[in-house]
Amino acid sequence: MIGAFGAQCDCCCFVCKWSRPETDQKIKRMSLKLSRGLLIAPLMLLLTGCNLVVMQPSGDVAMQQRDLILISTVLMLLIIIPVMALTVFFAWKYRQSNKDAEYDPEWHHSTKLEVIIWSAPLLIIIALGALTWVSTHKLDPYRPLDRIDAQRPIAADVKPLTVEVVSLNWKWLFIYPEQGIATVNELAAPVDVPINFKITSDSIMNSFYIPALAGQIYSMAGMETKLHAVINKEGVYKGFSANYSGDGFSDMHFKFHGLSQADFDQWVAKVKADGATELGRSEYLDLAKPSTAVPVEYYNSVDPELYHAILNRCVEAGTMCMDEMMMMDHMRDKKGGKSHDEHAELFPSLERSEVGICSVEGYSPASASEKEMPAAKL
Amino acid sequence: MSSNTDLLKLIFGRLSLDSIPYHEPILIVTFIGVAFGGLVVLGGITYFGKWGYLWREWVTSVDHKKIGIMYMILGVIMLLRGFADALMMRAQQAMAFGGNEGFLPPHHYDQIFTAHGVIMIFFVAMPFVTGLMNFVVPLQIGARDVSFPFLNNFSFWMTTAGAVVIMISLFIGEFARTGWLAYPPVSDIIHSPGVGVDYYIWGLQIAGLGTLLSGVNLIATIVKMRAPGMSMMKMPVFSWTALCTNILIVASFPVLTAVLALLTLDRYVGTHFFTNDMGGNVMMYVNLIWIWGHPEVYILILPCFGIFSEVVSTFCRKRLFGYSSMVYATVVITILSYLVWLHHFFTMGSGASVNAFFGITTMIISIPTGAKMFNWLFTMYKGRIRFDVPMLWTVGFMLTFVIGGMTGVLLAVPPADFVLHNSLFLIAHFHNVIIGGVVFGVFAGINFWFPKAFGFKLDPFWGKMSFWFWFIGFYFAFMPLYVLGLMGVTRRLNHFDDPSLHIWFIIAAFGAVLIAVGIGSFLMQLFVSIKNREKLRDVTGDPWDARTLEWSTSSPPPEYNFAFTPVVYDHDAWWDMKQRGFTRPTEGFKPIHMPKSTGAGAILAGLAIVFGFAMIWYIWWLAIVAFVAMVAVAIGHSFNYDRDFHIPKEQVVKTEDARTRLLAKKA
Repeated sequence: MIGAFGAQCDCCCFVCKWSRPETDQKIKRMSLKLSRGLLIAPLMLLLTGCNLVVMQPSGDVAMQQRDLILISTVLMLLIIIPVMALTVFFAWKYRQSNKDAEYDPEWHHSTKLEVIIWSAPLLIIIALGALTWVSTHKLDPYRPLDRIDAQRPIAADVKPLTVEVVSLNWKWLFIYPEQGIATVNELAAPVDVPINFKITSDSIMNSFYIPALAGQIYSMAGMETKLHAVINKEGVYKGFSANYSGDGFSDMHFKFHGLSQADFDQWVAKVKADGATELGRSEYLDLAKPSTAVPVEYYNSVDPELYHAILNRCVEAGTMCMDEMMMMDHMRDKKGGKSHDEHAELFPSLERSEVGICSVEGYSPASASEKEMPAAKL
Repeated sequence: MSSNTDLLKLIFGRLSLDSIPYHEPILIVTFIGVAFGGLVVLGGITYFGKWGYLWREWVTSVDHKKIGIMYMILGVIMLLRGFADALMMRAQQAMAFGGNEGFLPPHHYDQIFTAHGVIMIFFVAMPFVTGLMNFVVPLQIGARDVSFPFLNNFSFWMTTAGAVVIMISLFIGEFARTGWLAYPPVSDIIHSPGVGVDYYIWGLQIAGLGTLLSGVNLIATIVKMRAPGMSMMKMPVFSWTALCTNILIVASFPVLTAVLALLTLDRYVGTHFFTNDMGGNVMMYVNLIWIWGHPEVYILILPCFGIFSEVVSTFCRKRLFGYSSMVYATVVITILSYLVWLHHFFTMGSGASVNAFFGITTMIISIPTGAKMFNWLFTMYKGRIRFDVPMLWTVGFMLTFVIGGMTGVLLAVPPADFVLHNSLFLIAHFHNVIIGGVVFGVFAGINFWFPKAFGFKLDPFWGKMSFWFWFIGFYFAFMPLYVLGLMGVTRRLNHFDDPSLHIWFIIAAFGAVLIAVGIGSFLMQLFVSIKNREKLRDVTGDPWDARTLEWSTSSPPPEYNFAFTPVVYDHDAWWDMKQRGFTRPTEGFKPIHMPKSTGAGAILAGLAIVFGFAMIWYIWWLAIVAFVAMVAVAIGHSFNYDRDFHIPKEQVVKTEDARTRLLAKKA
């Protein structure tokens, strides 16, 4: 199978496919078309090499991020190009040997110019700042998607695919809770279906990144980060860790398959059929041992509690889960004076549970208080 | 048998014969080279009987000029080491495609990229800017030395001690394999049980102390020791940027010290500040280290902005355009540099509002920076530009730095950063600003002030060679990395599969070779200039027809800098004096009060090396001994009341008369 990477790198195309019609329209709307055409030309020359995946992604989120790069670059070039041109021009015109040029050794102030040199960059930054504020909220990886691509909003009945991602030393584990399967170093998703990634790490911090799909986000032990994305084109894409994590880091990559719904169902069936074992706690502990350049592996079923246990660092028997421990701390505070409600008031963000350690979903205080804290781990 | 091992452990800690990497051919060859070179140098010093001279005139010297020069020498030596690392990385990435694993296994390669970052920032860029500030600032503000001359000497030797600790890791044990900021959990005791991270910690702690104290010293100097009449708003721009840089140093280095101390506790006594378990949190480390780390990049670049300001007005023979706006821009950058640290990890999952806030504060920094760029530009306007080597570097900077600034602002847009973070695009960006800004600035500064320090100019031919090779080499080395970043290639990879990337890495490696020629040309420039020093000699003390006070005294300046403290009436005091027909006083000299040399700084730094080494290898007894010795020496030094003397009037007269004769002969 030839993916976006493979296909486009063979050609060494001179005119890379720059943008899709809908994004062009957007740029037109910003009435930057002319300057874009003029200013991007040198940049384009530079980038005529192939498979610039960041510049020609296949997922809607990455596409919007690409547009943002282009628009920001154009905005900045409005200042940068005149500055570079003037530098060369002044350096040439006022060279010592040019006695015709005016020489005014005492000229050192001009209120008019001062106003211009401060306000021109200021205006650009106001525009860019506004763009940043809006786009950062719109493209917040934690925010569920509201569209499949520029033309299609998400239909009401679409059920997103959930994938739980765990970075291990040095491979990627993908758990599909709805399908009840797990894979190592291979990820697949149906096209045009929103994907909700929940991301954590076994120990070392990595960064989960599929350039064709969407921007990256760190995976950190004991914490959960989230990423919402959608792939719009079938194909095989590169995914990898974008944060150095030790010896096996360079081989910590995987293939991401964008498949039609039928192919995806087939893929799930294949994982179930080929997967030799269940991924339970002991299998996980084996898998988590450091290893390098690990081939693709399939698991035909998964312990439904496993991801929660990984996130809360209690896969090993006899270790207390972090959410349990945190809840006990909260309860202790309640007894000691501060109520849980006061905590909630002080830290409303805890309720949002951006980082998984604060997550207390599905927790029942009664069961926790019955359990003893294992002394060994404390 | 076991008691024997225990005894060895007690004496040597973790250190054993296995710690010496004799199975690494690259290191063996390096060691033989270093040992041979070292023997030649030491033998030479002994043969020519220069030990006493070195000790009296340099090691124990508290003269800010000599200390400044020693910082520059340290910077050049460490540049060679850091650049050797860069060449190896470029070679590895250009080779390691498909089945070829290259010549550096991850174990070695990871040490190299870590060492490259650490050395280039802490032991190349920092000594260079500190050295230039040390040498120039007191001269530029009309002072005879810094506020605390002994502290200055101590600071230098501590920086050197840190460099020595890092260099020891090359031949005994290993260096960190964590990346230059040693993020946990990679750097915690579970994932890095070896001595590498400990070398990192102690090397930086020792050097950091030197940097902090030198910051305190220069702030006090600039605030308290300006010549009469030099109000803050008449101070040369380089001194202004030096002041802001040192304020940044004093406010941010304690954060580095603290965060490294916490990491040390995690590693040595089992606390859980940054561990995965027991309530530790790696995000805390990342935040703290960047609260230091972001101001750090402005610590490096601000003095270089100052250098460019001095060079531009001197070589355009024109007063700097928009002095006040230049000063305000510097101050605004100083303040804002504390409000942007989070842009180094937008991808950590902070909320959108937090990310957007830090993105926008980052962009705001580009406004004063842009204003500075325009100020240099309008200084050139209606000027008479001489393209001597310092001016070449400056124009090269103006063209290069704006590109780096642009990609920097691009990276400040959080959603754009999500796709470019940690990619080679990022690597290209920060080399674009650090080479295009700091390195170009330092070379401009070296070429500009070298005649002041030594009394002869640097050879212009090799200077131009050095500039062009660096300039073109930079573009060859880093533009491909921008492209690779857009191809989704991440940093710190040891080998690659995709053959379509290969050509770009080869171009980048070629660029690194061009830069190597640039560095070679610089060394050649030094060699040729020293050889032809009589031809390049300048007796006026003002070879560039320059503008600030350092050019009003002789080159090299007498140890007291100025026989009479200058009085300042306007910006560009020396230019102003020249315009008003200043005549140099030739009589009425008085004895001059000066600080005395002391060996305490060098001794303390030597003990710090022993202490650091002992801590790294768990040789506790030695650590205790070294630490107690350090405290004892410090206390002992504080009882040394014999710290100043007067240069007798006769000697001042003799020195000044010699200069009068030289000037007359020249006229």
